[in-house]
Amino acid sequence: MAIEKILKDDASEEKGEMARMASFVGAIAISDLVKTTLGPKGMDKILQSTGRGREVTVTNDGATILKSLPIDNPAAKVLIDISKVQDDEVGDGTTSVVVLAGELLREAEKLVAAKIHPMTIISGYRMAAECARNALLQRVVDNKGNAEKFKSDLMKIAMTTLSSKILSQDKEHFAQLAVDAVMRLKGSTNLEAIQIIKKPGGSLKDSFLDEGFILDKKIGLGQPKRIENAKILVANTAMDTDKVKIYGARVRVDSMSKVAEIEGAEKEKMREKVQKIIAHGINCFVNRQLIYNFPEELFADAGILAIEHADFDGIERLALVTGGEIASTFDNPESVKLGHCKLIEEIMIGEDKLIHFSGVAMGQACTIVLRGASHHVLDEAERSLHDALCVLSQTVNDTRVLLGGGWPEMVMAKEVDELARKTPGKKSHAIEAFSRALLAIPTIIADNAGLDSADLVAQLRAEHHKEGCNAGIDVISGSVGNMADLGISESFKVKQAVLLSATEAAEMILRVDEIITCAPRKREDRM
Amino acid sequence: MALAFDEFGRPFIIIKEQEQKTRLRGIEAQKANISAGKAVARILRTSLGPKGMDKMLQSPDGDVTITNDGATILEQMDVDNQIAKLMVELSRSQDYEIGDGTTGVVVMAGALLEQAEWLLERGIHPIRIAEGYEMASRIAVEHLERIAQRFDFGPTNIEPLVQTCMTTLSSKIVNRCKCALAEISVKAVLSVADLERKDVNLDLIKVEGKVGGKLEDTELIYGITVDKDMSHPQMPKKIEDAKIAILTCPFEPPKPKTKHKVEIDTVEKFQTLRQQEQKYFDDMVQKCKDVGATLVICQWGFDDEANHLLMHRNLPAVRWVGGVELELIAIATGGRIVPRFQELTPEKLGRAGLVREKSFGTTKDKMLYIEHCANSRAVTIFIRGGNKMMIEETKRSIHDALCVARNLIRNNSIVYGGGSAEISCSVAVETAADKYPGVEQYAIRAFADALDAIPMALAENSGLQPIETLSAVKSQQIKENNPHFGIDCNDVGTNDMCEQNVFETLIGKQQQILLATQVVKMILKIDDVISPSYY
Repeated sequence: MAIEKILKDDASEEKGEMARMASFVGAIAISDLVKTTLGPKGMDKILQSTGRGREVTVTNDGATILKSLPIDNPAAKVLIDISKVQDDEVGDGTTSVVVLAGELLREAEKLVAAKIHPMTIISGYRMAAECARNALLQRVVDNKGNAEKFKSDLMKIAMTTLSSKILSQDKEHFAQLAVDAVMRLKGSTNLEAIQIIKKPGGSLKDSFLDEGFILDKKIGLGQPKRIENAKILVANTAMDTDKVKIYGARVRVDSMSKVAEIEGAEKEKMREKVQKIIAHGINCFVNRQLIYNFPEELFADAGILAIEHADFDGIERLALVTGGEIASTFDNPESVKLGHCKLIEEIMIGEDKLIHFSGVAMGQACTIVLRGASHHVLDEAERSLHDALCVLSQTVNDTRVLLGGGWPEMVMAKEVDELARKTPGKKSHAIEAFSRALLAIPTIIADNAGLDSADLVAQLRAEHHKEGCNAGIDVISGSVGNMADLGISESFKVKQAVLLSATEAAEMILRVDEIITCAPRKREDRM
Repeated sequence: MALAFDEFGRPFIIIKEQEQKTRLRGIEAQKANISAGKAVARILRTSLGPKGMDKMLQSPDGDVTITNDGATILEQMDVDNQIAKLMVELSRSQDYEIGDGTTGVVVMAGALLEQAEWLLERGIHPIRIAEGYEMASRIAVEHLERIAQRFDFGPTNIEPLVQTCMTTLSSKIVNRCKCALAEISVKAVLSVADLERKDVNLDLIKVEGKVGGKLEDTELIYGITVDKDMSHPQMPKKIEDAKIAILTCPFEPPKPKTKHKVEIDTVEKFQTLRQQEQKYFDDMVQKCKDVGATLVICQWGFDDEANHLLMHRNLPAVRWVGGVELELIAIATGGRIVPRFQELTPEKLGRAGLVREKSFGTTKDKMLYIEHCANSRAVTIFIRGGNKMMIEETKRSIHDALCVARNLIRNNSIVYGGGSAEISCSVAVETAADKYPGVEQYAIRAFADALDAIPMALAENSGLQPIETLSAVKSQQIKENNPHFGIDCNDVGTNDMCEQNVFETLIGKQQQILLATQVVKMILKIDDVISPSYY
């Protein structure tokens, strides 16, 4: 009799070799997809959404590309996931992690074809990853004590990160921006305090860092456009008549005169609230919610600058920079902390009017104004800058630095190769494969730059045979160069995260010998 | 089939709409059921042991799970066949009762079914097979008790517990840092265990995960973590010697359940209403302050106004904390959950040495740690890992390890792992079989063969020659009369499990054998399957 069917109708099951192949193919396809974006000469991708707007994104940020892909292959999803995590955790290296995982799997596929058990490959990979990490640890440079040198390290890291992005033309300018911004944070990783405002128009070079705070809002009509020594009250309160919050309350009137009375009472209530606010002795009032016409008028009469409908982040940031607290009740003016700043004025960037707070009490926050030809450019510039800021803020915490340009991979590959020679048993094949996968990264960087990768990587290997070599690929001149002289650096934390996550992901996919796909949930037909 | 004739020769119908049903009877039914059960076992077979492989499961919504935990695989497999569902149940009940060995029990049941098929073909009645299995399982369980060993552990000597947890973890993806995880699990269990009563309430151990970082960063927190942050961004991020008010009432004016209306028709009423409302908020905050609370944890949200008042009075607050977390916080801090502001008294406040907010990575993720609690009986295991699937799998593995540690505290007998217990049982059952007269003898012998399936699968998954290895180990066990020999999965060089420190709990093993036998008995007793057919 026929073998009973175990699974539901549409569910499918793939076993053994088939399952492994399906996951290898899926993962390698994803890695090939983002491969060409790697390195300073990597290319960008255009992503068009299927949504109504058919919006277009141009990017070479691995995480952004992968996030937007609708994927069905389960193994591919694992890779997308690690890239997302890399983005959240360290902000950069999102492409590298996927490419490395893909290369590890490509090597593993060959080994499996040569009849080596996946478990053996995994244990080899683990040993290799540990060894590679130690190799990096030995070669890190830590300039924690020396502020001058550390700053130049940060500068180099920022330039290296930015050189693969759209900002590469003005990378020095932007690196300076990013380093200045991060140095202001004084070690905190709270990137919220750095505000990025995008304004189309001008060129990328016109972007600047503003030490104060810029709020993308207009000043109410008839109110002063410029205030010196401002005392700011930051609030989150409804400025219409406060809703009665007691449940079940309702107003019932029986004559027109009563309506007028109630209305009068409401108005009185608003006026009272405004009076209370004014009683704080302020000359600037920023509210997260709307300020209606009537209170606005009252504020204007009192000569107070009232800004309405600042978004939530804006309010929090403003509270942070001016040192005030976000208030919602106004009964005790003496104990509410007010924010202070030297000067509030309306400024023009391009055609838009913005409100600029300068001379703020706390120097932590700052604003970066990005200018550029189009929205796409600005979006991509923001992503690139975000990457750089993330990396820098992580580096401030973990000050260890490595050289870039394929140097770390070469160092790791060399150590791992040596380990392979020392290890007995089948594992050594896997360890060797790991080193080959590591070498693939400089190869891809060279390929993307249109260079002769085989020749360059061979030269690099020879160079690295010498002790204490600093050689890497110099994409600009197309030859092997000294990375220390060229000032190409990378953060240790990013490299370590790339190495560990990629190995973990490869291991996870390798361990699978069966894929069971459930039937997709049926959508109810909505008529 | 389902048609009978009355005394006048008229047909009448026993089963309604019988054309639309498929029906299997007798030996056919048993064979079909057995093959379904075997198919399920076959899927899990490769996941057994330290070198077992994982399964990748894609849910109907497209989420991917990678696991080698038997119960999880079967649960997510979307099984349709009735008998296969029984196997799923089997694995689940092992999971509930013991927590570990969920794969083993299914493989065992599969092997028993396979043997039963042979016996059926020889014409032995299913009931006799079932009875034979029952007898054999009793022999095996008794034998296990004989070969079991007790070991001592105490709050200071946790090494044996850690070793056992490591055996459990070694078959999971986390085996890279099984040592650290095993230690975390054991410490967690010991800190909530009631050693007098030999009982552990696993609810007191919360397993939380957050994507990012390394697996090595996983830590045990003597306290609670809450995935929330302070309600107002400017509230202090760190509170020492916190006195915590745990509230289940919102910071809002009361909402009576009975329908009512407040009619406002004059200006005075409107104003009193307004004042009343403000008083409400003020009173609520004041009450919290009066009893001496320095932190308010609330199950509900609160209004901007209340939020600011709290901030203003220097009373940090957390809102939208889930019910389960709230209970754990109450247990840990020794506080009482207060449903009404009026009932707030100083005795009902919970105490914690340190409450702090911690942020992760580059995103805005924040978590609240409540540590050094008055009653440190509630602990949290906080898992970090490369990606979501990894964390989920680690959670499952830690759960298994926790269960094992708990079982050992309940009953400190252990048997040796690596298939050694099964081999030893198999030998014992085989010898006992000869003493039984009657057909059951065959069934008992078949049971012994089925027991061999687990070490066989272990050897196969580890890339060893299954038959060769098994027979070598078996002869060694008999020759040296030592039940500690098992399959050397990790290629250590010795197959004495005592030296390799591979333990399993006695109750876990016994439960595996008993549960598997029960399910097989149930399947064998079915001789008629009636199911609606769609064709």
